[in-house]
Amino acid sequence: MSSLRPARKNAKPAPVPYVSTTNACKLCTPLGACLAFRGVEGAIPFLHGSQGCATYMRRYIISHFREPMDIASSSLGEKHAIYGGGPNLKQGLLNVLCKYNPQLITVATTCLTETIGDDVPRFVKEFQQEYAARGDATPLPPIVMVSSPSYQGTHMEGFHRAVRALVDQLAQAPASTAAVNLLPGLVSPADIRYLKEILGDFGLAGIILPDISETLDGPQEATYSKIPAGGTPLAQIAAMGGSQATIECGATLKGQDTAGQLLADRFGVKLFRIGLAIGLRETDLLFSLLEMLSGRETPRSHALERGRLLDAMVDGHKYVFGKRAVVYGEEDLVVGLTAFLAEIGVRPVLCASGGNTGRLKAAIAAVTADLLPEFPEVRGGVDFHDIAEEAQNLAPDLLIGHSKGYHLAKRWQIPLIRVGFPIHDRFGGQRLLHLGYRGAQQLLDRIINAILAKKQADSPIGYGYL
Amino acid sequence: MEPVIFEERADQIHRKGSAPFQIACNKESLAGAVSQRACVFCGSRVVLYPIADALHLVHGPIGCAAYTWDIRGALSSGPELHRLSFSTDLQEKDVIFGGEEKLYRALVELIDRHHPEAAFVYSTCIVGIIGDDLAGVCKKVSEEKGIPVIPVQSEGFKGNKRAGYNAACQAMFQLVGTGSTEGISPYSVNILGDFNLAGEIWIIQDYFRRIGIEVVANITGDGRVADIRRAHGAALNVVQCSGATMDLAKMMQERYGTPFVRVSYFGVEDMAESLYEVARFFKAPEIMSRTQNLVREELAVLYPQLQQYRRALRGKKAAIYVGGAFKAFSLIKAFRLLEMQVVLVGSQTGTTEDYRELAEICDDGTIIVDDTNPLELSSFLQEQEVDIFVGGVKERPIAYKLGVGFCDHNHERKEPLEGFVGMLNFAKEVYTSVMSPVWRFLPRHQQALVQGAAPVAEGSKS
Repeated sequence: MSSLRPARKNAKPAPVPYVSTTNACKLCTPLGACLAFRGVEGAIPFLHGSQGCATYMRRYIISHFREPMDIASSSLGEKHAIYGGGPNLKQGLLNVLCKYNPQLITVATTCLTETIGDDVPRFVKEFQQEYAARGDATPLPPIVMVSSPSYQGTHMEGFHRAVRALVDQLAQAPASTAAVNLLPGLVSPADIRYLKEILGDFGLAGIILPDISETLDGPQEATYSKIPAGGTPLAQIAAMGGSQATIECGATLKGQDTAGQLLADRFGVKLFRIGLAIGLRETDLLFSLLEMLSGRETPRSHALERGRLLDAMVDGHKYVFGKRAVVYGEEDLVVGLTAFLAEIGVRPVLCASGGNTGRLKAAIAAVTADLLPEFPEVRGGVDFHDIAEEAQNLAPDLLIGHSKGYHLAKRWQIPLIRVGFPIHDRFGGQRLLHLGYRGAQQLLDRIINAILAKKQADSPIGYGYL
Repeated sequence: MEPVIFEERADQIHRKGSAPFQIACNKESLAGAVSQRACVFCGSRVVLYPIADALHLVHGPIGCAAYTWDIRGALSSGPELHRLSFSTDLQEKDVIFGGEEKLYRALVELIDRHHPEAAFVYSTCIVGIIGDDLAGVCKKVSEEKGIPVIPVQSEGFKGNKRAGYNAACQAMFQLVGTGSTEGISPYSVNILGDFNLAGEIWIIQDYFRRIGIEVVANITGDGRVADIRRAHGAALNVVQCSGATMDLAKMMQERYGTPFVRVSYFGVEDMAESLYEVARFFKAPEIMSRTQNLVREELAVLYPQLQQYRRALRGKKAAIYVGGAFKAFSLIKAFRLLEMQVVLVGSQTGTTEDYRELAEICDDGTIIVDDTNPLELSSFLQEQEVDIFVGGVKERPIAYKLGVGFCDHNHERKEPLEGFVGMLNFAKEVYTSVMSPVWRFLPRHQQALVQGAAPVAEGSKS
């Protein structure tokens, strides 16, 4: 069995400049935009493009969250591709307005409409004028637009651009408040719920954008909601310019024109940028920020969770020490996971992402520098073909990432610890907790148990104590 | 409550018995209506995807390839090249300067790496717009590498899924007729329109083997390029899923004179009739008698096992929304066999003729719908008080949020639903969902779940 595991070799093959992509480790830009838009209260995501884009993304997202995910589409046909998609966009907006009665319509472009050169802001402006001229009783809700062609970046660029577009187009001249803006990045509904709990326990009024905690993990209800309840309220987005500070999560956002940067530039909101709060020290950073912003000490319940995490790290340290892990997924997630693995004594040997900001390596160095005896291979802009080739020589014991790496876990007969998005082959992906002391605790338990389960399964003895 | 049906869509919905039959269909999806349909690319991809020893390269930005990576349970008994997702992952500079060079290099690289028997190159939305000469690149690589490299004209916006089926058939037709037909039995068929989800085509192949008929090519479940090349040597095309591969059957009839029959392997009635139809075609008494024996043997096993499900499910209400209308017919019959009532039936790509026939076999009051959307579906499911909804992944959360049972009859199913054994699996799955205790706890059903707790000791404090 163990012979299936790739052997460790010293000779590193020369990197081959691949042209083709095999089994991508990324998704397309508008999908990220739709996920972010789903986290706004009363919003309906709308894709300006052909029908397939919306349907494919819906299917992909539904398979992870197991929740309805309506994405409207302008459903362009051949003649629209030739003469422009304006009329369809306008008709689509009107139809969505009539049937969904949304508080907000969020339009993301696709590669088709960007390539044919559709001027979406102009179409929307015309639509608003035409609608006003109709004298309809229903007021037109705001329409937020984002440019998200899939040939630029990955779903993460789409996500961050959408968040920026929301702030750019909805935040208004502020009255100052003690609120804190929290831009969490793409994390799970469970993570967002936990962040809300933390902010509440510090007595902070938080504005979390986007907030998918209910919209993509909703309860059973007596009636069917066309647009699921929850999400960041529009009034809160409008008020973000008045908040005392913004905490923007994402270690590879450095130097980027993000929502946090915009709030700082336009409204003078102090910006703190931290990584995703994964593992001990990245979470400490978040909590120290919250202590500072709230003027309170970390509440006892959270201090206790930190203490229990440390206790568990001690209890479990020998199970994980020196285990070799391949980590893949979105760049910011990979940075956070790598930080935590380094803290518990796991050796990250390859950190890989389909994202290609060029900032992955520096971000990993910053969170692991004093912990790792040997710096891991770090590869941005790669697919699973590259990951497999690279890992082939690194003898990994563990894979940590989303469901799409399962084929490697199967081939090498090593455990895959499922994190992030998408989780298509397990139940409860929307409830996975990654962040904070509690998330680290759960991650630690899952990593150790995966190692123990494999040890037990591989052993002919059948130990009952491990 | 606001009406959920768009004015523009009112003629795409028919209520049996309310008016003479009339329905509009095969239209472009209404903008903003959240259609459950996909696109041309999707149609081509689902049809060609199961050809397991071909390279399937998606020429475009990453999304189209990413969302179709290994999404269907189309199994292969040998090579599994189809389960990998290949893309040229076009970037902005490719869009500006053209993607032909990247496509050429990607094709050469992948063919050298995987040695496929053929390559299909899928065009996506922007490829036509930026003007890449897909056919030219394919021709060049084909000459250099000595394998068929076939462009699939599947730009997403150029119609709906049906147009994609046609593009796929055009692509396959370039392979048909290029292989040797030596040694093919006069009692031979091609299986068209089965994608070997959960190993279904193996069940059907086994039936054909048992009645003495050779299967030349699987089109496309567990498909092989070499088989498709010699498919014109088969005596008959047996076509399931009328939309997906019918165009190929028609083209083969025209060029090679291969006749075809339309069949369905879902449900007892249709499965048996499919085999009988093929047997009748060959006019060989021994084939017919073997077919009769097979059906008898299978039913003798199946019927006793079905009874318990039938008893439990009798009178329950079912809704059906599927991609192609052909499947809806079989499902209606399958539900009848379980003594269940179908109250809603629809498809993404049905034709007027399909819907007319559906209306004929449905009970009064049944809603028949073309190219529907989540709002309509949720409204219909509530109105008709449905117990089980049969559809695909996108329909599942609608059912579940409404507290309605669900059966996945789409590409992601992992249990075979075709053949006689498939009927049993189907009954089991419907039973598993409908009979679950979870429904009774849902807020929709408005029942008091527990009596208030009463003290077991009164105590002395007031």
